[in-house]
Amino acid sequence: MLFRPNPASGVPIYLQLIEQVKHAVETGALRPGEQLPGIRPLSEELVINPNTVAKAYRELEHEGIIELRQGAGAFVAAHAGALRQTEKLRGARTVVAAAVKQLRARGVTDQEIRRLYEAALAAIRGKDGSND
Amino acid sequence: MTEPIIIKTVGLKKQYQDVTALDGLNLSVPSGSIYGLLGRNGAGKTTAMKTLMGLVRPTAGTAQVFGLAADQSATSILIRQRTGFVSDERDLYESMTVADLIAFTAAFYPRWRADMAARYVRSFDLPQSRAVKALSRGARTKLALLLALCRGAELLILDEATSGLDPVAAEEVLQALISHVANEGTTVFFSSHQIAEVEQIADHVAIIDRGRAVLEGALDDLREAYRRVELVFEGDAPATQFHSPGVVRVERRGRALSVFASSGAEQIIEEARSLGPVSAETHHVTLKEVFLELISREG
Repeated sequence: MLFRPNPASGVPIYLQLIEQVKHAVETGALRPGEQLPGIRPLSEELVINPNTVAKAYRELEHEGIIELRQGAGAFVAAHAGALRQTEKLRGARTVVAAAVKQLRARGVTDQEIRRLYEAALAAIRGKDGSND
Repeated sequence: MTEPIIIKTVGLKKQYQDVTALDGLNLSVPSGSIYGLLGRNGAGKTTAMKTLMGLVRPTAGTAQVFGLAADQSATSILIRQRTGFVSDERDLYESMTVADLIAFTAAFYPRWRADMAARYVRSFDLPQSRAVKALSRGARTKLALLLALCRGAELLILDEATSGLDPVAAEEVLQALISHVANEGTTVFFSSHQIAEVEQIADHVAIIDRGRAVLEGALDDLREAYRRVELVFEGDAPATQFHSPGVVRVERRGRALSVFASSGAEQIIEEARSLGPVSAETHHVTLKEVFLELISREG
Protein backbone atom coordinates (compact mmCIF):
# COMPACT_ATOMS: atom_id res chain seq x y z
CA MET A 1 0.00 0.00 0.00
CA LEU A 2 1.40 3.39 -0.95
CA PHE A 3 0.77 6.45 1.15
CA ARG A 4 2.06 9.80 0.01
CA PRO A 5 1.39 12.67 2.37
CA ASN A 6 2.58 16.06 1.19
CA PRO A 7 4.24 17.86 4.13
CA ALA A 8 4.13 21.23 2.34
CA SER A 9 0.37 21.30 1.67
CA GLY A 10 -0.50 23.05 4.93
CA VAL A 11 -2.88 20.21 5.86
CA PRO A 12 -1.73 18.30 8.96
CA ILE A 13 0.16 15.18 7.84
CA TYR A 14 -1.82 12.90 10.17
CA LEU A 15 -5.07 14.09 8.54
CA GLN A 16 -3.64 13.36 5.10
CA LEU A 17 -2.66 9.87 6.23
CA ILE A 18 -6.13 9.28 7.67
CA GLU A 19 -7.74 10.34 4.39
CA GLN A 20 -5.36 8.16 2.37
CA VAL A 21 -6.09 5.10 4.52
CA LYS A 22 -9.84 5.75 4.27
CA HIS A 23 -9.56 6.17 0.54
CA ALA A 24 -7.62 2.91 0.26
CA VAL A 25 -10.38 1.15 2.23
CA GLU A 26 -13.06 2.74 0.06
CA THR A 27 -11.43 1.72 -3.21
CA GLY A 28 -10.64 -1.75 -1.91
CA ALA A 29 -6.89 -1.25 -2.10
CA LEU A 30 -7.04 -2.20 1.58
CA ARG A 31 -9.56 -4.86 2.55
CA PRO A 32 -11.02 -5.76 5.95
CA GLY A 33 -8.58 -7.87 7.95
CA GLU A 34 -5.54 -6.76 5.98
CA GLN A 35 -2.51 -5.47 7.81
CA LEU A 36 -1.21 -1.92 7.58
CA PRO A 37 2.49 -1.12 7.87
CA GLY A 38 3.71 -0.65 11.44
CA ILE A 39 4.26 2.82 12.88
CA ARG A 40 8.07 2.62 12.78
CA PRO A 41 8.45 1.14 9.29
CA LEU A 42 5.91 3.57 7.86
CA SER A 43 7.53 6.61 9.46
CA GLU A 44 10.93 5.44 8.21
CA GLU A 45 9.59 4.79 4.71
CA LEU A 46 7.83 8.15 4.40
CA VAL A 47 10.52 9.98 6.42
CA ILE A 48 7.92 11.57 8.66
CA ASN A 49 7.63 11.79 12.41
CA PRO A 50 6.63 8.49 14.09
CA ASN A 51 4.38 10.47 16.45
CA THR A 52 2.46 11.66 13.38
CA VAL A 53 1.85 8.10 12.16
CA ALA A 54 0.85 7.03 15.69
CA LYS A 55 -1.61 9.93 15.88
CA ALA A 56 -3.21 8.96 12.54
CA TYR A 57 -3.53 5.30 13.61
CA ARG A 58 -5.06 6.26 16.96
CA GLU A 59 -7.63 8.44 15.20
CA LEU A 60 -8.40 5.71 12.63
CA GLU A 61 -8.87 3.22 15.46
CA HIS A 62 -11.17 5.65 17.24
CA GLU A 63 -13.26 5.96 14.08
CA GLY A 64 -13.43 2.18 13.79
CA ILE A 65 -11.56 2.03 10.47
CA ILE A 66 -8.64 0.02 11.83
CA GLU A 67 -7.89 -2.15 14.84
CA LEU A 68 -4.64 -1.90 16.74
CA ARG A 69 -3.66 -5.28 18.14
CA GLN A 70 -1.06 -5.21 20.88
CA GLY A 71 2.26 -6.33 19.46
CA ALA A 72 0.76 -7.52 16.17
CA GLY A 73 0.21 -4.18 14.42
CA ALA A 74 -2.65 -2.40 12.69
CA PHE A 75 -5.40 -4.14 10.72
CA VAL A 76 -8.31 -2.88 8.66
CA ALA A 77 -11.46 -3.38 10.74
CA ALA A 78 -14.03 -5.90 9.60
CA HIS A 79 -16.77 -3.28 9.21
CA ALA A 80 -14.56 -0.49 7.90
CA GLY A 81 -16.34 -0.33 4.53
CA ALA A 82 -19.82 -0.07 6.03
CA LEU A 83 -18.65 2.56 8.50
CA ARG A 84 -17.24 4.55 5.65
CA GLN A 85 -20.65 4.52 3.95
CA THR A 86 -22.54 5.87 6.99
CA GLU A 87 -19.85 8.44 7.48
CA LYS A 88 -20.18 9.54 3.88
CA LEU A 89 -23.91 10.08 4.32
CA ARG A 90 -23.40 11.89 7.59
CA GLY A 91 -20.92 14.22 5.89
CA ALA A 92 -23.30 14.78 2.99
CA ARG A 93 -26.11 15.65 5.39
CA THR A 94 -23.96 18.38 6.95
CA VAL A 95 -23.22 19.88 3.53
CA VAL A 96 -26.87 19.89 2.54
CA ALA A 97 -27.94 21.32 5.90
CA ALA A 98 -25.44 24.16 5.56
CA ALA A 99 -26.59 24.94 2.02
CA VAL A 100 -30.25 24.98 3.10
CA LYS A 101 -29.45 27.27 6.00
CA GLN A 102 -27.57 29.69 3.74
CA LEU A 103 -30.34 29.75 1.17
CA ARG A 104 -32.99 30.39 3.83
CA ALA A 105 -30.86 33.23 5.16
CA ARG A 106 -31.00 34.77 1.69
CA GLY A 107 -34.78 34.53 1.77
CA VAL A 108 -35.18 31.54 -0.54
CA THR A 109 -38.29 29.58 0.47
CA ASP A 110 -38.24 25.84 1.24
CA GLN A 111 -40.35 25.21 -1.82
CA GLU A 112 -37.84 27.06 -4.00
CA ILE A 113 -34.93 25.22 -2.37
CA ARG A 114 -36.54 21.86 -3.18
CA ARG A 115 -37.06 22.94 -6.81
CA LEU A 116 -33.48 24.24 -7.06
CA TYR A 117 -32.08 20.92 -5.80
CA GLU A 118 -34.20 18.98 -8.26
CA ALA A 119 -33.17 21.30 -11.06
CA ALA A 120 -29.49 21.05 -10.15
CA LEU A 121 -29.61 17.24 -10.03
CA ALA A 122 -31.42 17.15 -13.35
CA ALA A 123 -28.95 19.56 -14.94
CA ILE A 124 -25.96 17.49 -13.77
CA ARG A 125 -27.61 14.25 -14.89
CA GLY A 126 -28.16 15.82 -18.28
CA LYS A 127 -24.53 16.88 -18.50
CA ASP A 128 -22.64 13.69 -17.64
CA GLY A 129 -25.47 11.17 -17.84
CA SER A 130 -24.24 9.29 -14.80
CA ASN A 131 -24.83 8.97 -11.10
CA ASP A 132 -28.31 7.88 -10.20
CA MET B 1 -1.31 13.64 26.52
CA THR B 2 1.25 15.96 28.04
CA GLU B 3 4.83 14.83 27.82
CA PRO B 4 7.43 16.00 30.31
CA ILE B 5 9.44 19.01 29.18
CA ILE B 6 13.06 18.26 28.30
CA ILE B 7 14.25 21.76 27.39
CA LYS B 8 12.83 24.89 28.97
CA THR B 9 14.06 28.43 28.55
CA VAL B 10 12.39 31.38 30.24
CA GLY B 11 13.20 34.97 29.32
CA LEU B 12 16.62 33.91 28.07
CA LYS B 13 18.84 36.87 27.16
CA LYS B 14 22.32 37.12 25.74
CA GLN B 15 23.95 40.45 25.13
CA TYR B 16 27.31 40.74 23.35
CA GLN B 17 28.52 44.34 23.73
CA ASP B 18 26.12 46.10 21.36
CA VAL B 19 24.55 42.99 19.83
CA THR B 20 21.48 41.36 21.37
CA ALA B 21 21.62 37.69 20.36
CA LEU B 22 18.78 36.48 22.59
CA ASP B 23 16.09 38.84 23.77
CA GLY B 24 13.79 37.00 26.17
CA LEU B 25 13.58 33.60 24.50
CA ASN B 26 10.87 31.25 25.82
CA LEU B 27 10.91 27.66 24.57
CA SER B 28 9.48 24.35 25.84
CA VAL B 29 10.58 21.14 24.14
CA PRO B 30 8.47 18.10 25.11
CA SER B 31 10.04 14.69 25.59
CA GLY B 32 10.01 12.45 22.52
CA SER B 33 9.35 15.30 20.11
CA ILE B 34 11.20 16.31 16.98
CA TYR B 35 11.39 20.02 17.55
CA GLY B 36 12.37 22.31 14.67
CA LEU B 37 13.81 25.74 15.32
CA LEU B 38 13.36 28.11 12.37
CA GLY B 39 14.80 31.56 11.94
CA ARG B 40 16.84 33.78 9.70
CA ASN B 41 20.62 33.99 9.96
CA GLY B 42 21.48 35.80 13.15
CA ALA B 43 18.04 35.21 14.70
CA GLY B 44 19.69 33.54 17.71
CA LYS B 45 19.38 29.83 16.90
CA THR B 46 23.04 28.96 17.40
CA THR B 47 23.35 31.09 20.55
CA ALA B 48 20.28 29.36 22.01
CA MET B 49 21.76 25.91 21.36
CA LYS B 50 25.16 26.84 22.72
CA THR B 51 23.52 28.23 25.85
CA LEU B 52 21.74 24.91 26.39
CA MET B 53 25.07 23.10 26.06
CA GLY B 54 26.74 25.42 28.58
CA LEU B 55 29.03 26.93 25.94
CA VAL B 56 27.49 30.40 26.21
CA ARG B 57 26.57 32.02 29.52
CA PRO B 58 23.24 33.85 29.41
CA THR B 59 23.03 37.52 30.46
CA ALA B 60 19.60 36.96 32.03
CA GLY B 61 16.83 34.39 32.23
CA THR B 62 17.02 30.65 32.77
CA ALA B 63 17.72 27.61 30.60
CA GLN B 64 17.07 24.08 31.83
CA VAL B 65 17.74 20.74 30.17
CA PHE B 66 16.37 17.60 31.88
CA GLY B 67 15.38 20.01 34.68
CA LEU B 68 19.07 20.87 35.23
CA ALA B 69 20.46 24.41 35.03
CA ALA B 70 22.45 24.87 31.82
CA ASP B 71 24.54 27.76 33.17
CA GLN B 72 26.05 25.96 36.19
CA SER B 73 29.21 24.00 35.42
CA ALA B 74 28.30 21.07 37.70
CA THR B 75 24.89 20.48 36.12
CA SER B 76 26.08 21.40 32.64
CA ILE B 77 28.41 18.38 32.67
CA LEU B 78 25.45 16.14 33.48
CA ILE B 79 23.49 17.69 30.60
CA ARG B 80 26.34 17.11 28.16
CA GLN B 81 26.68 13.47 29.21
CA ARG B 82 23.06 12.85 28.21
CA THR B 83 23.01 14.98 25.05
CA GLY B 84 24.44 14.52 21.57
CA PHE B 85 25.34 17.91 20.09
CA VAL B 86 26.25 18.65 16.48
CA SER B 87 27.50 22.21 16.29
CA ASP B 88 27.29 24.34 13.18
CA GLU B 89 31.08 24.25 12.88
CA ARG B 90 31.14 20.42 12.86
CA ASP B 91 34.33 20.71 14.90
CA LEU B 92 36.03 17.33 14.76
CA TYR B 93 39.63 16.23 15.26
CA GLU B 94 40.97 16.99 11.79
CA SER B 95 44.04 14.75 11.66
CA MET B 96 42.37 11.55 12.80
CA THR B 97 40.96 9.05 10.36
CA VAL B 98 37.24 8.30 10.42
CA ALA B 99 37.79 4.91 12.08
CA ASP B 100 40.16 6.38 14.71
CA LEU B 101 37.81 9.21 15.57
CA ILE B 102 34.92 6.77 16.02
CA ALA B 103 37.03 4.52 18.29
CA PHE B 104 38.35 7.56 20.18
CA THR B 105 34.84 8.94 20.77
CA ALA B 106 33.44 5.52 21.72
CA ALA B 107 35.91 5.30 24.62
CA PHE B 108 34.27 8.27 26.35
CA TYR B 109 30.74 6.87 26.41
CA PRO B 110 29.81 3.75 28.39
CA ARG B 111 26.53 3.48 26.44
CA TRP B 112 28.27 3.65 23.04
CA ARG B 113 26.45 1.63 20.38
CA ALA B 114 29.15 -0.07 18.32
CA ASP B 115 26.59 -2.02 16.26
CA MET B 116 24.81 1.19 15.33
CA ALA B 117 28.10 2.93 14.47
CA ALA B 118 29.08 0.11 12.12
CA ARG B 119 25.65 0.32 10.48
CA TYR B 120 25.87 4.08 9.94
CA VAL B 121 29.43 3.84 8.57
CA ARG B 122 27.97 1.56 5.90
CA SER B 123 24.72 3.40 5.20
CA PHE B 124 26.42 6.81 5.19
CA ASP B 125 29.17 5.37 3.01
CA LEU B 126 31.95 6.89 5.15
CA PRO B 127 35.56 6.17 4.05
CA GLN B 128 37.03 4.70 7.26
CA SER B 129 40.69 5.24 6.52
CA ARG B 130 40.37 8.81 5.28
CA ALA B 131 41.47 11.70 7.47
CA VAL B 132 38.65 13.88 8.76
CA LYS B 133 40.16 16.99 7.16
CA ALA B 134 39.90 15.35 3.72
CA LEU B 135 36.16 14.65 4.03
CA SER B 136 33.54 16.40 1.94
CA ARG B 137 31.09 18.72 3.71
CA GLY B 138 28.39 16.06 3.46
CA ALA B 139 30.56 13.26 4.84
CA ARG B 140 31.69 15.53 7.68
CA THR B 141 28.09 16.23 8.65
CA LYS B 142 27.23 12.54 8.51
CA LEU B 143 30.24 11.66 10.66
CA ALA B 144 29.32 14.33 13.24
CA LEU B 145 25.76 12.97 13.27
CA LEU B 146 27.00 9.39 13.67
CA LEU B 147 29.09 10.40 16.69
CA ALA B 148 26.07 12.13 18.24
CA LEU B 149 23.62 9.28 17.51
CA CYS B 150 25.73 6.36 18.71
CA ARG B 151 26.52 7.60 22.19
CA GLY B 152 23.15 6.55 23.54
CA ALA B 153 22.05 10.11 24.22
CA GLU B 154 18.49 10.90 25.33
CA LEU B 155 18.55 14.25 23.55
CA LEU B 156 20.04 15.36 20.24
CA ILE B 157 20.73 19.02 19.58
CA LEU B 158 21.58 19.62 15.93
CA ASP B 159 22.56 23.01 14.61
CA GLU B 160 21.74 23.21 10.88
CA ALA B 161 21.59 19.43 10.58
CA THR B 162 21.52 19.37 6.79
CA SER B 163 23.12 22.63 5.70
CA GLY B 164 25.53 22.24 2.80
CA LEU B 165 24.17 18.81 1.89
CA ASP B 166 22.82 17.93 -1.52
CA PRO B 167 19.17 16.73 -1.56
CA VAL B 168 20.11 13.04 -1.54
CA ALA B 169 22.50 13.39 1.39
CA ALA B 170 20.00 15.58 3.24
CA GLU B 171 17.29 12.94 2.83
CA GLU B 172 19.71 10.27 4.12
CA VAL B 173 20.36 12.36 7.22
CA LEU B 174 16.62 12.88 7.81
CA GLN B 175 16.00 9.17 7.32
CA ALA B 176 18.68 8.33 9.88
CA LEU B 177 17.13 10.79 12.32
CA ILE B 178 13.59 9.47 11.87
CA SER B 179 14.65 5.88 12.22
CA HIS B 180 16.69 6.76 15.31
CA VAL B 181 13.73 8.52 16.91
CA ALA B 182 11.33 5.71 15.95
CA ASN B 183 13.55 3.06 17.48
CA GLU B 184 15.16 4.84 20.44
CA GLY B 185 12.55 7.44 21.43
CA THR B 186 15.20 10.18 21.49
CA THR B 187 14.13 13.82 21.67
CA VAL B 188 15.51 15.92 18.79
CA PHE B 189 15.96 19.69 18.91
CA PHE B 190 17.24 20.93 15.56
CA SER B 191 17.62 24.19 13.73
CA SER B 192 17.22 24.58 10.01
CA HIS B 193 16.88 27.00 7.16
CA GLN B 194 14.94 24.39 5.25
CA ILE B 195 11.30 25.01 6.07
CA ALA B 196 10.33 22.00 3.95
CA GLU B 197 12.41 19.64 6.06
CA VAL B 198 10.99 21.05 9.28
CA GLU B 199 7.47 20.52 7.89
CA GLN B 200 8.42 16.99 6.94
CA ILE B 201 9.88 15.62 10.17
CA ALA B 202 9.03 17.97 13.05
CA ASP B 203 6.01 17.68 15.32
CA HIS B 204 6.82 20.89 17.19
CA VAL B 205 8.21 24.14 15.85
CA ALA B 206 9.35 27.52 16.99
CA ILE B 207 10.04 30.48 14.75
CA ILE B 208 12.55 32.83 16.28
CA ASP B 209 13.22 36.35 15.18
CA ARG B 210 15.65 38.78 16.78
CA GLY B 211 16.25 36.55 19.75
CA ARG B 212 12.59 35.90 20.59
CA ALA B 213 10.14 33.15 19.74
CA VAL B 214 7.42 34.77 17.60
CA LEU B 215 5.60 31.44 17.40
CA GLU B 216 5.84 28.13 19.19
CA GLY B 217 3.68 25.04 19.26
CA ALA B 218 2.66 21.66 17.90
CA LEU B 219 2.90 21.78 14.12
CA ASP B 220 -0.49 20.12 13.63
CA ASP B 221 -2.15 22.69 15.90
CA LEU B 222 -0.61 25.49 13.83
CA ARG B 223 -1.74 23.86 10.60
CA GLU B 224 -5.25 23.59 11.98
CA ALA B 225 -5.35 27.14 13.33
CA TYR B 226 -3.68 29.26 10.64
CA ARG B 227 -5.78 30.21 7.64
CA ARG B 228 -5.94 32.71 4.84
CA VAL B 229 -9.44 34.07 4.27
CA GLU B 230 -9.97 35.36 0.74
CA LEU B 231 -12.88 37.74 0.26
CA VAL B 232 -14.05 39.03 -3.11
CA PHE B 233 -16.37 42.01 -3.51
CA GLU B 234 -18.59 43.31 -6.28
CA GLY B 235 -16.66 46.58 -6.46
CA ASP B 236 -13.43 47.70 -4.81
CA ALA B 237 -12.73 45.89 -1.55
CA PRO B 238 -13.63 48.06 1.45
CA ALA B 239 -10.78 49.48 3.54
CA THR B 240 -11.88 47.95 6.79
CA GLN B 241 -10.49 46.98 10.15
CA PHE B 242 -11.15 43.46 11.44
CA HIS B 243 -11.75 43.04 15.14
CA SER B 244 -11.79 39.26 15.30
CA PRO B 245 -8.94 37.90 17.39
CA GLY B 246 -6.37 36.04 15.31
CA VAL B 247 -6.17 38.54 12.44
CA VAL B 248 -2.47 38.96 11.66
CA ARG B 249 -2.60 40.98 8.48
CA VAL B 250 -5.14 42.26 5.96
CA GLU B 251 -4.12 42.82 2.35
CA ARG B 252 -6.30 44.78 -0.03
CA ARG B 253 -5.97 44.41 -3.78
CA GLY B 254 -8.65 45.59 -6.19
CA ARG B 255 -11.83 43.67 -5.50
CA ALA B 256 -10.10 41.19 -3.18
CA LEU B 257 -9.28 41.23 0.52
CA SER B 258 -6.90 38.66 1.90
CA VAL B 259 -6.91 38.13 5.66
CA PHE B 260 -4.05 36.17 7.20
CA ALA B 261 -5.16 34.73 10.53
CA SER B 262 -3.54 32.72 13.31
CA SER B 263 -6.94 31.36 14.39
CA GLY B 264 -10.70 31.86 14.19
CA ALA B 265 -11.24 31.84 10.41
CA GLU B 266 -14.99 31.20 10.93
CA GLN B 267 -15.34 34.26 13.10
CA ILE B 268 -13.56 36.37 10.47
CA ILE B 269 -15.94 35.18 7.76
CA GLU B 270 -18.84 35.93 10.09
CA GLU B 271 -17.47 39.44 10.65
CA ALA B 272 -16.91 39.92 6.90
CA ARG B 273 -20.51 39.00 6.14
CA SER B 274 -21.71 42.50 7.03
CA LEU B 275 -19.46 43.84 4.25
CA GLY B 276 -21.38 41.77 1.71
CA PRO B 277 -18.64 39.85 -0.11
CA VAL B 278 -19.67 37.94 -3.25
CA SER B 279 -17.41 35.09 -2.16
CA ALA B 280 -15.56 34.07 0.99
CA GLU B 281 -13.10 31.20 1.08
CA THR B 282 -10.63 29.87 3.60
CA HIS B 283 -7.34 28.30 2.60
CA HIS B 284 -4.76 26.26 4.46
CA VAL B 285 -1.42 27.99 4.72
CA THR B 286 2.01 26.44 4.59
CA LEU B 287 4.67 26.83 7.25
CA LYS B 288 6.61 28.92 4.76
CA GLU B 289 3.77 31.44 4.52
CA VAL B 290 3.51 31.57 8.31
CA PHE B 291 7.26 32.11 8.53
CA LEU B 292 7.26 34.93 5.98
CA GLU B 293 4.32 36.64 7.70
CA LEU B 294 5.82 36.51 11.18
CA ILE B 295 9.48 37.40 10.77
CA SER B 296 10.70 40.93 10.28
CA ARG B 297 11.81 41.61 6.74
CA GLU B 298 14.05 44.62 7.13
CA GLY B 299 17.77 44.29 7.69
